[in-house]
Amino acid sequence: MKKRLVVIGAGMASGRVLEHLTETAPESFDITLLNAEPRGNYNRIMLSPVLSGEKTYEEIVTHDDDWYATRGITCRFGERVARIDREMKVVEGENSHVPYDKLLIATGSEPFIIPLPGHDLDGVIAYRDLEDTQQMMGMGPDNKVVVIGGGLLGLEAAAGMAAHGVDVTVVHIMGHLMERQLDEAAGYLLKKSLEDKGIKIQLQANSKEILGQDGKVRALLLDDGTELPCDLLVMAVGIRPSTALAQEAGLATGRGIHVDDQMLTSDPDVYAVGECVEHDGAVFGLVAPLYDQAKVAAQAMLGGEAAFVQKTLSTKLKVTGCDLFSAGDFADGPGREDIVFRDPARGVYKRLVIEEDRLIGAVMYGDTADGSWFFGLIKDGTNIDEMRETLIFGPAYQGGDTADPLSAVAALPPEAEICGCNGVCKGDIVEAINAGANDLGAVRTSTKASASCGTCTGLVEQLLQVTLGDEFEMPAAQPICGCSDLTHEDVRRLIKGQELKSQAAVWQELGWKTPNGCHVCRPAINYYLLADWPLEYQDDPQSRFVNERKHANIQKDGTFSVVPRMWGGITNPAELRAIADAADKYDVPTVKVTGGQRIDLLGVKGEDLPAIWSDLNKAGLVSGHAYSKGLRTVKTCVGTDHCRFGTQDSTGLGVKLEKILWGSWTPHKLKLAVSGCPRNCAEATCKDIGVVCVDSGYQISIGGAAGMDVKETELLCQVPTENEAIEVVMAVTQAYREGGKYLDRLYKWLGKVGMDWVKAHVVDDLDNRAALVARFELSQSIYRKDPWAEHVRDKAQTYAPIADFTLEAAE
Amino acid sequence: MSWIDIGSVDEVPLRGARLVKTHVGCLAVFRTAEAEIFVASNSCPHKGGPLSEGIVHGQSVTCPLHNWVFDLNTGQAQGADEGRITTYPVRVEEGRILLDADAVTRRSAA
Ligand SMILES: Cc1cc2nc3c(=O)[nH]c(=O)nc-3n(C[C@H](O)[C@H](O)[C@H](O)COP(=O)(O)OP(=O)(O)OC[C@H]3O[C@@H](n4cnc5c(N)ncnc54)[C@H](O)[C@@H]3O)c2cc1C
Ligand code: SF4
Ligand code: SF4
Ligand code: FES
Repeated sequence: MKKRLVVIGAGMASGRVLEHLTETAPESFDITLLNAEPRGNYNRIMLSPVLSGEKTYEEIVTHDDDWYATRGITCRFGERVARIDREMKVVEGENSHVPYDKLLIATGSEPFIIPLPGHDLDGVIAYRDLEDTQQMMGMGPDNKVVVIGGGLLGLEAAAGMAAHGVDVTVVHIMGHLMERQLDEAAGYLLKKSLEDKGIKIQLQANSKEILGQDGKVRALLLDDGTELPCDLLVMAVGIRPSTALAQEAGLATGRGIHVDDQMLTSDPDVYAVGECVEHDGAVFGLVAPLYDQAKVAAQAMLGGEAAFVQKTLSTKLKVTGCDLFSAGDFADGPGREDIVFRDPARGVYKRLVIEEDRLIGAVMYGDTADGSWFFGLIKDGTNIDEMRETLIFGPAYQGGDTADPLSAVAALPPEAEICGCNGVCKGDIVEAINAGANDLGAVRTSTKASASCGTCTGLVEQLLQVTLGDEFEMPAAQPICGCSDLTHEDVRRLIKGQELKSQAAVWQELGWKTPNGCHVCRPAINYYLLADWPLEYQDDPQSRFVNERKHANIQKDGTFSVVPRMWGGITNPAELRAIADAADKYDVPTVKVTGGQRIDLLGVKGEDLPAIWSDLNKAGLVSGHAYSKGLRTVKTCVGTDHCRFGTQDSTGLGVKLEKILWGSWTPHKLKLAVSGCPRNCAEATCKDIGVVCVDSGYQISIGGAAGMDVKETELLCQVPTENEAIEVVMAVTQAYREGGKYLDRLYKWLGKVGMDWVKAHVVDDLDNRAALVARFELSQSIYRKDPWAEHVRDKAQTYAPIADFTLEAAE
Repeated sequence: MSWIDIGSVDEVPLRGARLVKTHVGCLAVFRTAEAEIFVASNSCPHKGGPLSEGIVHGQSVTCPLHNWVFDLNTGQAQGADEGRITTYPVRVEEGRILLDADAVTRRSAA
């Protein structure tokens, strides 16, 4: 006779056990399945998509009546088991007694209900089963719902209801959402995107009492006296293993039903799997380990040998638009090292935790495409020392000899996001390539991938190569110089991502091949560091070309030119006199008016520089930075002050802009102009940033040039007030500072990111504009000062020879 | 060989240079590492660029005018460029830079 197996609970864990048993040994057991819910097994974790309307209940049923019938399983659904009589080996259901030879307990867990006053009111529910889901689905735009608990379940419930227009408030006791899976930064981003969906979130909120009316919930009262009215209150504050049955039957239990590695309880004929068990001190709340348990239990029942091993788990939140991933252990600790990458503009946050050269934890928000790859590294305990520098950029960036970047790209799933700016995934791009887009430009036009900030260009090219094979010729990535294989873009990203704050850190961490760089990379790295870490990093004069080191332009004969600043091209007799005196005193051979509306003293001897600066300083003149990759001049016309056509005070605005921007370093030189009317006497439309005043405000256009390339600016925006014009100019300057490749003029940067990107980030997104302005100001708190005065004060002696034997000999 | 003390190592910025004036032309004193000093002619064989104003990296200097790179051990131009700068014996003792006296008095035979 077949042995009788009785299963209590038709849930996700027991469902798997039954699948394994009936597949491997269909004839070995006579199975009876009892379930308290009036239905068979369905995919409980998909209740959230059912709630939000993305799926129907029918779609998430995993085992239907037919399934059980074909396998000869006797089902007693809707029948709760009241008692287990281990002596008689009988399970006592509400309606019947079922004898067993082997018993499997899979009762799952019960949602925890905080015993607040009023918790038993009508309309207070948990989120566990179809009934709960249906109650929530009954809510609509006229209803208010409060969810207690900002964990995975609470947030899925809230988002699901918000999708139906319900007014939802989440009340969470901790300082950030999903504190068990996320760190503070990721929790913050999650909160932001949920709030964007219209969900209200109250953190550090203590619930005090549930208020009711006529036996029905009316509101939630918080500690601080706030009353949150609601028609339904969902408590999603945690689960407790369902152990009552087992405990009464005298089985060993703790937090859950104790099981050994074979999922056997303290009774050799009773197994247990799922959320109701406790294994080696741990209880479970996600399905992955339950499936492992199910496999082990099935094998054990059939006399096979298998052992359950606990593994690291990963979590994803099933809320559309909230892309988060967390795995492993990410608490700070001694000997643990963090790699953090943030892209505030895209709302991306990634953090990896490393201990002894192994990845032990990962938290990601906003861009989780590499989640499974990181999870694999955590589970396998892979030694990551070799790829530490580029680890955070995921498999696609594991170049060099450790991994082939092409195979990494080939291995990405079709839904892996390639272009973050435009949300284009690998599948879309491959489709476009197969439809005939056979180069980067074509892919850009048809999918928009890499058409915005351009950082994913490399990935798109790799995809082209993977898809087209030899038909596609890979443009060689242009490394920054011979000292490294990394491109400028890579280096910039890594400096931010790894928080490299010194040149030594860059050389070391990015594996520079030379001890301290060369004349090509040093100025670039110096610029990136000072632009990204204005407070932490100290500008290194030895990594600057002579002009910027000496704050004067070197001429072909080794002499220098000195150009004092004339704000907006305005000067006065006192300044002119000081300039004339200096020219006399230091035998300046050439005095010339520049194109930037100021005066150039050419042919000054290097050792005279501090002295001439000091004289000029005394008349109030400061460095004009005519030598710098930074703000040069703001050219102006006379505007409303004198011109009959002038519409605004163009001179005044020019002076203001110059006083705000001066001293700032940029990837290449930066020239501005402000014209008082569209006659454009200041030639604003061939500057890096040009402002043309009109009656109704200020037209700001960018990306002009009049050098080896001549370019007309493109209109960025028109703003009504001078203040806003100043803000936009500051913001666009900062965006260029943060994103531009060293020695790319603004128009080149513009060509890479595209005008749409700049408009979105600088013009339309006011928060981002303000953030850019704030970061610019922060940097200017260091750099808005006169380097000449500083050099006169601190460095004058370095302009003189260390030793002069011509004097000695004269004695 | 007699040595002249021309100053302390600290007076030359790390990965920087200072000038020494002599009757036979200017010399550049390069500091490539904490206590590593090189001395060479200041004048670039290409078009006379002042090498003491160049970027110092590894044991090389890049001319500020047209980016020729010179190895300070040999004075030889690197890469495709052909040319050589004269280098002079120098020692560092207890933080002082000692230069070969011949360097400041007469042109080296090289
Ligand atoms: C809304 C929601 C979303 C989730 N999302 C995820 C997710 O994204 N990822 C993830 O890994 N996990 C998720 N989970 C958790 C996952 O669903 C559970 O870990 C899993 O369902 C537990 O399986 P189980 O078989 O142990 O218990 P269950 O699936 O709960 O099954 C237990 C069954 O036993 C029945 N039962 C209990 N007592 C008795 C009794 N005395 N007599 C008869 N029958 C009884 C119950 O009615 C129930 O049907 C989610 C859970 C919920 C509720
Ligand atoms: S740009 Fe207009 S306002 Fe300015 S000087 Fe020319 S005509 Fe006058
Ligand atoms: S245009 Fe040419 S020659 Fe004239 S100053 Fe500029 S770089 Fe020199
Ligand atoms: S003068 Fe030195 S490289 Fe031209």
